[in-house]
Amino acid sequence: MARHTLTTGLLALGFVAFSGALTWHGLNAAPAVDRPAVELDAAAVERGAYLVKTMGCHDCHTPWTMGPRGPEPDMSRALTGHPADFVMPPPPPLPPGPWLWLGAATNTAFAGPWGVSFTANLTPDKETGLGNWTAETFIAMLKTGRHEGKGRAVLPPMPVQVYAELTEEDMRAVFAYLQSLAPVHNRVPQPIDPPEAGQ
Amino acid sequence: MTRRVRGAFAVVLAAWGCAVTLQAGLTAGADAPPVVAPVPDLAPARLAETGLYVDGQAGAIDARNQPFTPQYVLWTDGLEKQRWVYLPPGEAIDATDEHAWEFPVGTRFWKQFSRQGRPVETRFSWRTASGWVFASYMWNEDGTDARRADEAGVPGVIEVAPGRGHSIPSQTDCTACHGTERPSPLGFTALQLSSDRDPHAVHGEAVTPGMVTLDTLVAEGRLPGARADLLTRPPRIRASDPETRAVLGYLASNCGACHNGRGEIAAFGPTIREADLVVDGDAVARALVGQRTKWQIPGVPDGESVLVAPGDPDASAVLVRMRSRRPSSQMPPLGTVVRDEAAVDLVTRWIARGRVP
Ligand code: HEC
Repeated sequence: MARHTLTTGLLALGFVAFSGALTWHGLNAAPAVDRPAVELDAAAVERGAYLVKTMGCHDCHTPWTMGPRGPEPDMSRALTGHPADFVMPPPPPLPPGPWLWLGAATNTAFAGPWGVSFTANLTPDKETGLGNWTAETFIAMLKTGRHEGKGRAVLPPMPVQVYAELTEEDMRAVFAYLQSLAPVHNRVPQPIDPPEAGQ
Repeated sequence: MTRRVRGAFAVVLAAWGCAVTLQAGLTAGADAPPVVAPVPDLAPARLAETGLYVDGQAGAIDARNQPFTPQYVLWTDGLEKQRWVYLPPGEAIDATDEHAWEFPVGTRFWKQFSRQGRPVETRFSWRTASGWVFASYMWNEDGTDARRADEAGVPGVIEVAPGRGHSIPSQTDCTACHGTERPSPLGFTALQLSSDRDPHAVHGEAVTPGMVTLDTLVAEGRLPGARADLLTRPPRIRASDPETRAVLGYLASNCGACHNGRGEIAAFGPTIREADLVVDGDAVARALVGQRTKWQIPGVPDGESVLVAPGDPDASAVLVRMRSRRPSSQMPPLGTVVRDEAAVDLVTRWIARGRVP
């Protein structure tokens, strides 16, 4: 119980830090970066910011670090996905029993029956993030559960089946917000197939 | 109150159902095989109700459903395929845009997959007044009846290689290939039905008497909007050598449905469009050379992976992904679990020769 309160407190702290980070980006990032070509609707961006904050995107797409009070999202790397320089060794085999999957200390890499998945860079960097995506790509990805809306299946634990329930307007808002972020170059590793995947 | 509303709803639904059956029957001509659709835009529950057969029972194909074979076929793990089209009598295809035919309401396509003569799955595309309806039917063990497969698809219905199964696609997978904004059937285009057929097409099938071709469509007056010299100058991939032509044909039918420069993935990967290939295929091939890809070839320095590296098959993402049948890297990403060795051989030779026209 006490622990629960503590966690909630930490989470709240995280969010405060998060909004701070956002303001920082908003104020400082503008001139230097290559802004997305699309006109962003301010109301949609604001709604998207709220949705991203409350739907857990930071839980997995922002790397977590061990702070003085326990694990917390590192907001200096908000939504940049699994850090390219945080190279994971092969996952240790699990003992027989009910434990099914493993997570990295950053909460950005996950090993399970699907192989190993790494969370995507959600900033609008053209080469390594969502810079070449359109709202249609994003909507199709959520609705089909396929990579870029067309490719392989999006892997767990990305909760696509949950976000597929969003209205299209909210999907657009989330995307508008993500496109408003400063692009960060971080090439997330490709997923690793499970050993039985063959050729 | 609630009950009354529900009752009224049921009546409306029933009337609606009739309207559809009637409408499909009417647009298809008085004696056409009807589609028995219970609800608009929902494919019938049984394949036999789609009008494929003479008497509504799996068996003899109704003669109004004509077979055809595209010159460049889609690889589907070596399963045998049969295709039929039904065009409503007296109706024309709007062929004004040679590479994006508009089919009349009532048009139906079927594609049947079999293994060793036993039918496994039959896909059905149906042009209704409100758009295209796609469905897939799964055959029973004895091959006597096929029922509409679950919306979510059916994994592993038959083994196509040791430990690898053919899956029936889900509804969303249908649109992944056929498109969302402008869905369309695939493989029935001017280029695919052209009389100028590519003798080197991978897994090319022979046109047999009775099949629909560009010539039969013109003869039947089905293509009133088409250019006057369609038959004397039939569409053909313009490439400076036969190998390039066959490679581009393969890529057009196996990659081009998604990689067509439109829609969700317009900015990713190659762009392979029939409209460009018939004008200057060599240019389409050249555009693949050195084009960066977000997907990284294992072992190639970060950010340097390209679609085609002439002379270096292992550094060509197109080929590396064609060779793979691992979910994270294989292309196409769905509809196949066994690699197409003949196509891999052709594309390997083409890249290895070191020059792209
Ligand atoms: C529980 C962890 C988790 C949460 C929460 C989560 N994601 Fe993800 N996300 C992932 C993982 C893991 C991947 C990589 C999946 C893969 O490679 O197939 C991913 C991939 C993605 C991708 C790339 C998909 C593609 O086409 O490859 C996008 C975009 C994305 N997430 C957006 C979001 C957004 C927006 C939110 C919040 C609304 C969110 N995610 C919340 C784990 C998560």
